Amino acid sequence: MDINQRYTPQSWPEHPETATMEGKNKFIGFWLLLAAETVTFASLFATYLALKDKGPSGMEFSAAGLFELPLVFAMTMILLTSSLTSVYAMYHMKNHNFKAMQAWLGITVLLGATFLGLEIYEFNHYVHLGFGYTNSAFSSAFYTLVGTHGAHVLFGLSWFIALMLRNAKRGLNMYNAPKFYLASLYWHFIDVVWVFIFTVVYLMGVIG
Amino acid sequence: MAHDTHIHVRSQAEFEYAKKKRAEEMRGHLATFAIMIFLTLVAFTMVAAGFSAYLIVPIILLLAGIQVILQLYYFMHMSGKGHGMVAFFMFCGMFVAFITVLALVTIVWW
Amino acid sequence: MSSIAQKKGFGATIWDFMTTVDHKKIAILYLISGGFFFLVGGLEAMLIRVQLATAGNDFLSAGTYNEIITMHGTTMIFLAAMPILLAFMNAIMPLQIGARDVAFPFLNSLGFWLFFFGGIFLNLSWFMGGAPDAGWTNYASLALASEGHGIDFYSLGLTISGFGTLIAGINFLVTIINMRAPGMTYMRMPLFTWTTFVASALILLAFPPLTVGLFFMVFDRMFGASFFAVEMGGNTIIWEHLFWIFGHPEVYILILPAFGIFSEIFAIFSRKRLFGYTALVFATILIGFYGFMVWAHHMFTVGLGPTANAVFALATMIIAVPTGIKIFNWLLTIWGGNISFTTPMIYAVAFIPSFVAGGVTGVMQAIAPLDYQLHDSYFIVAHFHYVIVGGVVLAILAGTHLYWPKMFGTMLSEKLGKWTFWFFFIGFHLTFFIQHFLGLMGMPRRVYTFGADQGWDLFNAISSAGAVLMAIGVIILLVNVVMTSIKNERVGNDPWGDGRTLEWAIASPPPFYNFAQTPLVRGLDTFWIEKMDGNKKGMIYAEPLGDIHMPNGSIIPFVISLGMFIASFGALYFLDGDKPWALAVLIIGLVITFGSMLVRSLKDDLGFHITKAELLEDAKGGNTDGH
Repeated sequence: MDINQRYTPQSWPEHPETATMEGKNKFIGFWLLLAAETVTFASLFATYLALKDKGPSGMEFSAAGLFELPLVFAMTMILLTSSLTSVYAMYHMKNHNFKAMQAWLGITVLLGATFLGLEIYEFNHYVHLGFGYTNSAFSSAFYTLVGTHGAHVLFGLSWFIALMLRNAKRGLNMYNAPKFYLASLYWHFIDVVWVFIFTVVYLMGVIG
Repeated sequence: MAHDTHIHVRSQAEFEYAKKKRAEEMRGHLATFAIMIFLTLVAFTMVAAGFSAYLIVPIILLLAGIQVILQLYYFMHMSGKGHGMVAFFMFCGMFVAFITVLALVTIVWW
Repeated sequence: MSSIAQKKGFGATIWDFMTTVDHKKIAILYLISGGFFFLVGGLEAMLIRVQLATAGNDFLSAGTYNEIITMHGTTMIFLAAMPILLAFMNAIMPLQIGARDVAFPFLNSLGFWLFFFGGIFLNLSWFMGGAPDAGWTNYASLALASEGHGIDFYSLGLTISGFGTLIAGINFLVTIINMRAPGMTYMRMPLFTWTTFVASALILLAFPPLTVGLFFMVFDRMFGASFFAVEMGGNTIIWEHLFWIFGHPEVYILILPAFGIFSEIFAIFSRKRLFGYTALVFATILIGFYGFMVWAHHMFTVGLGPTANAVFALATMIIAVPTGIKIFNWLLTIWGGNISFTTPMIYAVAFIPSFVAGGVTGVMQAIAPLDYQLHDSYFIVAHFHYVIVGGVVLAILAGTHLYWPKMFGTMLSEKLGKWTFWFFFIGFHLTFFIQHFLGLMGMPRRVYTFGADQGWDLFNAISSAGAVLMAIGVIILLVNVVMTSIKNERVGNDPWGDGRTLEWAIASPPPFYNFAQTPLVRGLDTFWIEKMDGNKKGMIYAEPLGDIHMPNGSIIPFVISLGMFIASFGALYFLDGDKPWALAVLIIGLVITFGSMLVRSLKDDLGFHITKAELLEDAKGGNTDGH
């Protein structure tokens, strides 16, 4: 059987992501990777919490004085919304509506790119205040935690774009449906991590 | 082994039913999203309103926990069929994550 | 390798192995490179014992000694023990569950090449300005002060090989979850498959903290971050925690597959079903869980406070319970069995007292107040060599003899195998038993020499003599390998005659597509059940003979890993300032890596089919290589 076999909405299975053995394997393997990523981010969070507000004697920066909530709120809303738009994309994937899926993924990518732009703006702002990466243990831990999340966003965007381009002419099939599904899982996971970042880093940082 | 799925063409009734079920599920997702936005608003508002830290911190951590559960169980379908092993390993990962954070906020010898 | 492979040119064979995605060939690659690093690490061990053979020796300088102990530990753990165990997992586990291959053959190859290039990168430090010298634990307070690039080789090399190991872990987990043959329920899986499963789960959750710690180390040393720099508000204890959150599960990643190999051996050569199979499985899972809750027992003397020390002391003592359960199960498996003392069985029998000795000293160290006395002394060195050598290395040697016929189709000489065993076993106890006493007498570990007036001369001389015996044992094993390869007497499916599990129901070595028809599993020790039922065909099969879909080989995993290898040199020399080419090297390496990933994702790679006709032809002609 050809992996590029054409399907119609009628013949499209209910769970295309796990309809083939390869899909099943990818599905489990990717979730396992997410479990490992959970531990990765936990290590970064733990280090951040241990090093929060720690620096050379007389350091002028602290989480309470540095972080500003309006920007973080905007970023949170954008990323949460992009989580929903990727859900819409998967809804259309399961309906075998390729065009609608591509459109929703496009919106997701735009939202993700906006988020990333705001994050770069934020980092740039802090650096101009003198809060550079090498400023203190606090700055190293902050930039590494939030920057690693940003790198994940960047990777997620590249993944979506690569999938959309590669399959633009091919359409949906059993070979790429699991890939779209996993990319959207990855995107939700990025959102999960951000929920903790805005809570633990920003909100708890502002409280002091 | 790899591509041995046979194609099953569904009857019109089956197809309509599946489609309706998905649409219902999508409405559920919208509700989930609304709850998530609401929880986020509550968290930000509490901090902006300047309540005591001892009150805010546990509550916003709880709200974050709820959001994560919503993401995992609704957006990522972790309760769905064939997710048993997945859930097991995610909980193992969260367990290791928890003790890692616990250790580094309590016993790092300041 | 089959006779057909040998007829191919040397270059073609090399290319075949560079592009292979076959789990059995990747197993051979793991075995060869792991074996090579085992010899390198062994050589380093011999240098250590030469240096310590007499008091006040100046065979090695203090600095070189530090480099050698660091590289000995790092090489043996990351580049020898783990890869050799991964070799057995790759070779045997898919056969044991009746799978066509592992779940992700391409990633399997990628995992191997990442490990390989990481290991080579780490060892190139010897020739490029000095090896790492802060101990295999690389504590940050020492590592940040280390001059030269040794520590950078350590961080980058282990990061790369760590990715490889993580990939292998995920791969095995998915294989076991998804690809078991019909009838192979979880509670019918052979013990080696079970231990592979739990060890892979530990790899999955333990390697991320190490990777994060190594990244911090790289950022601190190269990009001016200050995670561990105390004057900048950093904290060196964070490294210790991250390292041991990884490091303790790592011990179980090594020992659990060793337990698995011994479980197979006890059952095969006692000709009995494993006693307490269920208890063994649950003990394995329990050890996996507890493995994550005991790491701070490596840090009792750091000063974490009495509460933390008490909690971790208790957790550590509890972990002895499931281990004890296993020991009793093995003893009761032997009890009343029809025992044949083959080479693997001798290793297995010798393992029990050796490992129990290591376990008992472990419980001693779990008592936090006593650990204050024992910490950083030779008692610790003796303890972990008793568990690692007495457990893991004995299992590796036993597994080599047990699985050699399955991997290469010819038996290692039993006679030479027994010589290896006696030299190695006596040498091992001679080397390390006496180190307990050296430790109690106050000899500190990691110190390059000692004075003649300290009264440690004789015991150290005895210890060094034991190391020579171990070396002789390993040399005999090498001779054994060469001789049997030259003789090349082919063996059948079940060369030991008493195989119980599925891997013994298939040709040695198996055809590249494994079972032509997926077998039907009717119970625990499924092959034994068929034998007892007098099944002449070997197994009952779950499907008619039909076309088999196979993945294509690919050079891309090699190229991806090569790219990371090149990029690492760029990163290493990037901030020296006087090396403008470093940035170019870094970029070229990353371009190679990401470019080849892109090629992989954009290109359709559909694999190929073996037709039923070819399979029938194969069954007659005995072609096992697919060419």
